[in-house]
Amino acid sequence: MSDPRVAGASVTSFGEHPERTGRDLFAEAGLAALDRSGVPAGDVDALYYGNFMGEIAEHQGHQGPLMAEAVGLTVPATRYEAACASSGAAVRDAVRAIRNGEQEVVLVGGMERMTNVGTAAATDALAIAADDLYEVRAGMTFPAAYALMARSYFDEYGGTREDLAHVAVKNHEHALVNDNAQLRKEITVEEVLDAPMVAEPLGLYDACPITDGASAAVLTSAEYAERHDLDAPVAITGTGQDGDNLALQDRQSYAATPAAAGAVAEAYADAGVDADDVDFAEVHDCFTIAEVLAIESLGLYEPGEGITAAREGETTRHGETPINLSGGLKAKGHPVGATGVAQLVTIAKVLEGTHPRAEAVPAADVGVAHNAGGTAASATVHVFEVKA
Amino acid sequence: MSEGVRDGEYDDWLDAVEDDEGYYVECENGHGWLPPRRVCPDCGSRELHEEPLPEAGEVATHSAVHVPTPQFEDDAPYVIAVAHFGPASITGMVRGADPEDVEIGTVVGVEVGERATTGDRAVVFRPR
Ligand SMILES: [Zn+2]
Repeated sequence: MSDPRVAGASVTSFGEHPERTGRDLFAEAGLAALDRSGVPAGDVDALYYGNFMGEIAEHQGHQGPLMAEAVGLTVPATRYEAACASSGAAVRDAVRAIRNGEQEVVLVGGMERMTNVGTAAATDALAIAADDLYEVRAGMTFPAAYALMARSYFDEYGGTREDLAHVAVKNHEHALVNDNAQLRKEITVEEVLDAPMVAEPLGLYDACPITDGASAAVLTSAEYAERHDLDAPVAITGTGQDGDNLALQDRQSYAATPAAAGAVAEAYADAGVDADDVDFAEVHDCFTIAEVLAIESLGLYEPGEGITAAREGETTRHGETPINLSGGLKAKGHPVGATGVAQLVTIAKVLEGTHPRAEAVPAADVGVAHNAGGTAASATVHVFEVKA
Repeated sequence: MSEGVRDGEYDDWLDAVEDDEGYYVECENGHGWLPPRRVCPDCGSRELHEEPLPEAGEVATHSAVHVPTPQFEDDAPYVIAVAHFGPASITGMVRGADPEDVEIGTVVGVEVGERATTGDRAVVFRPR
């Protein structure tokens, strides 16, 4: 079994590009990834592509072949839809296809165009990641779902809005030097607490922005990388995915994300690592509470103890296990279908030492990506290691 | 109000709640769900039968929503909650209470109300 290598990876600038088409965004990321990899386009065997709301944003389904065409490929191309975990799911299948020898070179990526439809329509589109009959029709929004989880967490374990504010402040600080990040602006705990409420107890600064952007990476088998003398030291050594009831109401607890925990267990076992080996992670912080639940799922904190990690400085770039050195979804931006592969891009760059925040973990061997869809009814986790 | 075909057992369930004859479906191991369900996601049982919905439920978690989807624009701000009615759980809007007075453990009844924005039916909880 060959652990796939990351041969080249790229993201577009994340932010508001309402006038740019999805195909143009993906072409930019895909071509840059191909160029960086040194892999000729003719060697690419397949495209695995994540996208969530393309029918609503661009009236465009069947985006797999469209996006392959946009980067000059005529190959099997499939779109993955798992809400915000769409491209995490695409990575997982790319890893499996390379491992089982079906494919040697895979282009994996994602794209979301969101700002062209306006905030109200984007809020509506994001809501359909929830159960339409029993959640959306009852008034659920995406922030409200996480607010219900935050309230439940506070009730079960304690914690305050101020604890959550530290997560936002940290991620904004991390993004300051990230040229691709949407929000490069330092914020204070007071500003987070004073921001308008979206869904109590979550305010505007507890939430990630609405973002346009694309991400792409060229993954190859280790043998291919060696044969072609590629500069591809980072391997994906573990993959995991798990699921949960779609509707929050149907779960045992609203203060944990068992699908993420399941995906973590599978990915760690697959890679032969445990939480102690993790040097840093990119986690799915669509809301501040989501980062808390993520670091608990990763086993970095016991349930109920992740809430103070940012406040104590443990997950900042100066801390023991930095979380979201990119700025996370919170500050880097969250073009839904592109997020899973954008996490991959960050981790590969940090492990290679080319990320602007790489100095935070100069001797890092192991990075983990945690990508969650909806209220984590879908979750994928990937382990990355340096294999010189 | 949105026109369209009925969504099968979902609309049947709303009709029943409206007629004060709300129910849930339960497997032989006591796991409760809202319809439609052909199988219990917890234990895999396909032996589901209808049980009357308890008169009162308890709020398990809640949030005051200030930024709604367009279909709830004129309803906002509103409180959304998940409430446990015996083994079944329901998501709905809390009406007839100040948002600050809604707490985990607040006892509520369930009924079918109208969305202020569209006139469509919506699940509503009222403190009792
Ligand atoms: Zn059951």
